[in-house]
Amino acid sequence: MKDPVDVLIIGAGASGAAVAWSLAETKMHILCLEQGGWMNPAEYPSTGRDWEAKFYGEWSSSPNVRGRPEDYPINDDNSPIKVVNYNAVGGSTVMYTAHWPRLHPSDFKVKTLDGVADDWPIDYDALTPFFEENDRMMGTSGLSGDPLSPLTHPPMPQQPLGLSGAIIAKAMNKLGWHWWPSDTTVATMDYEGRARCINLGHCTPACAQGAKASTDITYWPHAIRAGVELRTHCRVREITTDENGMASGVVYYDKDGIEQFQPAHVVVIACNGVGTPRLLLNSASGRFPNGLANSSGLVGKNLMFHPYAQIYGYVKEPTDSNRAPPTCLWSKQWYDTDLSRGFVRGYGVQFVRGAGPVFEAVVSEQKGILPWGEDHHRVFRKLNGHRLGFSAICEDLPEEHNRVTLDPVLKDSHGIPVPKVDYTISENSRKMMEHALARGREFLETAGASDICVNSPIPWGGWHLLGTARMGTEPERSVVNEWGRSHDVKNLFIVDGSIFVTSGGVNPTSTIQALALYIADQMKQRLANLFD
Amino acid sequence: MSDQLTLTPRQRDDLRTIAAMIIPPSEEYRVPGADDDIIQADILATLGRDTRPVVAALDHLARLAGMPLADLEPAARDAVAKEFRSSGGVVAATLVRVVLQCYYRDDRVLGSLGLELRAPFPKGHVLPDGDWSLLDPVKARGGALRRAP
Repeated sequence: MKDPVDVLIIGAGASGAAVAWSLAETKMHILCLEQGGWMNPAEYPSTGRDWEAKFYGEWSSSPNVRGRPEDYPINDDNSPIKVVNYNAVGGSTVMYTAHWPRLHPSDFKVKTLDGVADDWPIDYDALTPFFEENDRMMGTSGLSGDPLSPLTHPPMPQQPLGLSGAIIAKAMNKLGWHWWPSDTTVATMDYEGRARCINLGHCTPACAQGAKASTDITYWPHAIRAGVELRTHCRVREITTDENGMASGVVYYDKDGIEQFQPAHVVVIACNGVGTPRLLLNSASGRFPNGLANSSGLVGKNLMFHPYAQIYGYVKEPTDSNRAPPTCLWSKQWYDTDLSRGFVRGYGVQFVRGAGPVFEAVVSEQKGILPWGEDHHRVFRKLNGHRLGFSAICEDLPEEHNRVTLDPVLKDSHGIPVPKVDYTISENSRKMMEHALARGREFLETAGASDICVNSPIPWGGWHLLGTARMGTEPERSVVNEWGRSHDVKNLFIVDGSIFVTSGGVNPTSTIQALALYIADQMKQRLANLFD
Repeated sequence: MSDQLTLTPRQRDDLRTIAAMIIPPSEEYRVPGADDDIIQADILATLGRDTRPVVAALDHLARLAGMPLADLEPAARDAVAKEFRSSGGVVAATLVRVVLQCYYRDDRVLGSLGLELRAPFPKGHVLPDGDWSLLDPVKARGGALRRAP
C-alpha cells in the first residue's frame, strides 16, 4: 500500500495547477493525478501546413470528436450546446482563446441586485488579491482603465489593434458603444521564460510559441520545483471514504491501466463543471448512496454553459484573418441588467478578428453563402480574409434541470461511467441572445459588412462548465462552503468552475483560478483546524 | 478500423466528379479544380478518421445517381448533387469538408490567394499596432461599474 500524501489534487488544469502552486509553500506532501500527459509544443497544429485540418480531428475542441486516449466521452445528445474541453497537463488552458475578463463585483450579488438566482457567499473584494496574483502568474496583457470593467493591472501591454481591431473600433465609435482592448493571457513581450506573441493565428488549439499562458508552462514548472509531485496518465475512478465519513484517498488507473489506491489526508477536486460531478457521482457508497458530498442533492445540477450568440459578416477591407490571436477587443455595453431590454442580467461581447482559408471555406459552404461551381472562386475571394465577428457571452442563470448525471450505459476506456448532460436554453437567455444578435447586426452593418450570418447558439460552444457543485453557506442549498470545503466531507475541497453560484457574462478562467488561489489561501490559514 | 477501409475505383471516380462540381478549375484565377490529381491524391492519402463517413457519403451519392456520376447528363448530375447536399446530412458535410480542406492547402491555390506557402510557426505574422486614438471617445465617455452592495 502506498504511503498517504497530505494533499491529493485531482486534475492538473487551470485550478488544480493554481492550488498546487499555492499550497507548495506549506512543504506538505502534495500529489496531483492527471488523466492526460505533458504536451509537446512541437506537435501543435501551427507547426504544420495542415494546421486547419487538424481542428476537425485530433485537435478538435470536442472530446467526442478528438477521442484521444486521455479523453472520456460525454453524452451531450440532449443539449443544444456541446461540451468542449481538453485533458492534459494544463487542462483546457491548452485549448482556450486566452480571453481574460473577470467576473464583475455585481456578479456576486445577483439575488440582491436583480432578484434572481442566488448571491455568492463571497464578494469580489475577497478575490481581488488572488486575481492580481493570478494575473502575474499567468502573465496577462491588456490596458488598465476600462471604465466598464473591474480595474486590472496587466503586466504587459495590450495586443495590437490590427486591421480587424481598427474596423471594429471605428464602427463601435460611430454607434457610441463601449469597447476596450481585452485583457488576455497572450504575452505581448517576453515574460517569465515565455516568448512574446508572433501572431501564429489561431491560439485556441495551443500555442507553439508558448506566448499563450497554459498552466503547463506557467504554474506547473514553479509547483514542481517547489516539490509538488505530478503523476500523469492517471485517471481517478472514485474517491473513497473511511468509517468516519472522511475522504481516505482515491482509486485510479495508472499509465499502464493498473488499478491503484492512493491514500490521502486531504482531497482537492479540480475537474471542472462536468468532470467534478462525474467523479462525485461515481464515488457513491453505502454511506453516500447519492454520490459523495451530495446530501443537498445538488451535485451535477445547475449546469451553466454561457450560450454564445454569434453573428458575423464580411467587410470590403481586409481583416486580420488567421494572422493574429482571434480575440482582441471586448465590449461591456450590455453587461448589466436593463429590464427595458426584456430580460434580466446581460452579456459581454468578444470580437473576432477573422478566420483561416479552410475554416472560411467549410463554414461558408455549410451556411450556403459559398456556392459550388463556377462562381465558387469569385465568392471565396470576397469572403476569405474579410470576416469580422461579434460573439455575445450570455449570462446563463442556474436551473436545476440543467444537469450532469451518469450515463447508464456509456463508459470510458477504463470502464468508468461517463457524464450525461441534459440542458436547455432558458427563455431569459433566448431573449438575451436575440438582443445580442440585433446589436451585432447593427454593428456589422455600421462596419459595412454584407453576407451576415448567425451562429446562435454556437453548437460546439460549451467551453464554460459551471455551477454543478455550487458554493454557499447553507448545506441544504450548496455543495461546498464559502471557502470550498464540502459541507458533508470535511477533508474534501472543490476548486474549479463547478463551485460558481452564477456565471456572469464573461469567460470564467480568470475567476476560476482566483477562486482556486483564494481557497488554497483559506486552507493555509486554517491548517490547524482545517477539519473542524 | 476506419483506416482499413479503402475507396473502390467507382467511389474514387465519383469523389473526383463531385469534387470538380464543388470546385471546378478556373483559368481566370489560374487554379486547378478539386479533381486535380495532386489534390485527389492528398484527399485519399489523408482521409484517416474521415474514411468511414466519406465512404458512407459516396454510397449515398451512388444510390442517388444510379450510375457513375460522371456518366449522367449535366442537368441530371446537378440535380443529384443538389439532392446529395440537402439530404446527405453529416456524412455529406464531411465529404465536402474533406475536399475543401485539401483544396485550400494546395500550393497553387494558396499562391493564387496571395498566401504564403508555410506553416504559421515559426515565422508568425506581423500585425499593425493601429491607431489607439480611436479609444479616446470611449475614455471620454467614461462610465461606471454597477455597484455591488
